[in-house]
Amino acid sequence: MQIRNNYSIILVTFFVAFILTAMPLPDWIAAWRPAWVALVLVYWSLALPHRVNLFTAFILGILLDVLQGSLLGQNAIGLTIIVFITAKLHLQVRQYPLYQQSIFVGLLVAVYLGMIAWVNGMIGRPPESWAFFAPVLTSILLWPWLFVILRDIRRRAIVT
Amino acid sequence: MTVDRRMDYLESVRGYLSSVVYPVQYLVNLPVRVGDWMSEALTSRQQLLEENERLRAQNLLLKTHTQKYQALVLENQRLRGLIESPIRQGERVLVADMMAVEQDTSTQKFVINKGSKEGVYIGQPIVDAKGVMGQIVHVGQSSSTGMMVTDHEHALPVEVIRSGVRAIASGVGAKGEMRLDYVPPESDIKEGDLLVSSGLGGHFPEGYPVGVVSKVDLHPGDKFMQIRVRPVASLAKAREVLLVWPEVNEFEFETRPGKVAHR
Repeated sequence: MQIRNNYSIILVTFFVAFILTAMPLPDWIAAWRPAWVALVLVYWSLALPHRVNLFTAFILGILLDVLQGSLLGQNAIGLTIIVFITAKLHLQVRQYPLYQQSIFVGLLVAVYLGMIAWVNGMIGRPPESWAFFAPVLTSILLWPWLFVILRDIRRRAIVT
Repeated sequence: MTVDRRMDYLESVRGYLSSVVYPVQYLVNLPVRVGDWMSEALTSRQQLLEENERLRAQNLLLKTHTQKYQALVLENQRLRGLIESPIRQGERVLVADMMAVEQDTSTQKFVINKGSKEGVYIGQPIVDAKGVMGQIVHVGQSSSTGMMVTDHEHALPVEVIRSGVRAIASGVGAKGEMRLDYVPPESDIKEGDLLVSSGLGGHFPEGYPVGVVSKVDLHPGDKFMQIRVRPVASLAKAREVLLVWPEVNEFEFETRPGKVAHR
């Protein structure tokens, strides 16, 4: 049997994550938008740390900055840090039950948002309220579903 | 990040990279465009006739206004000739569509579907049918990012059209609100005053409406008044915006932000 390797699927999932990030939402719900790119990135760096590494995180972060018009490097530093943590702990986290993974991912998203808030604070734009960290909650709730979906995609498409 | 904040080197990098993310912006905007197209294609004949009727009436109204405007322009030129002040020409404008692309929530930015291909430049004023919306901050190949007048980092020289008092209108980072800085307590300014861009500073052409004074507070002992302004441009729901190329012939202004204008 010939073993195909469709790791271009990874790019597709990131593309979708970018679209979900840029999709306009009503004001009241926009603050609750999960950190899509961060979630997908954490999944792939848990599953395939040899494909998705710090460099991927950095490039994606820069592109996200360009897409969102934020300071160049702001998302990049946040994403790089959480992928660093994930890569260090991936063998351990893979063994966790889903709800425990969710909490781990929630912490990662909090770190990521914390980095962004910190940089924003340094340039004189501190977050106005705790609502800035609302994506942590939605990301925790979303993780189990996202994990199952991405795992199925990975197995079907044989991405290694 | 420091380099991006303080210097201009990375602006071109951002320009190139924005071509990479353009497909994302295009796709996100697509449903909205399809929706527009559907509603256009599916309107009934009756509705079209009604709309036509309405537009015809509006056109007539605008035409009479234009006649008056022409006379005023001529009169203005003559008066300017009398006081030997240089005559201003009209500005060049281009219609752009606002793309439905969400931006960083801590800023007040938006994406439009025109870029360096159409000659858009950084610092270019953006207006809509009612007034000043903001200015361009990043330029890509076929899309650009604009900053609204209500953004934290935006400030715009304005004057009160009634009394000629000059001030600077800065954004406060909240939608639908601006602030006037450094207005001394004896200034002639009150609620309901219309503010127009004063043209000082060289970025914005003068005379475009910016906002209406919504609240004036004066605490005894304060050096300046606390003035709140409501922008007149429909910042939240504007779909079409105008890019303006101002004709500046009095001074040679630098077009890059953050530099002092000089002769």
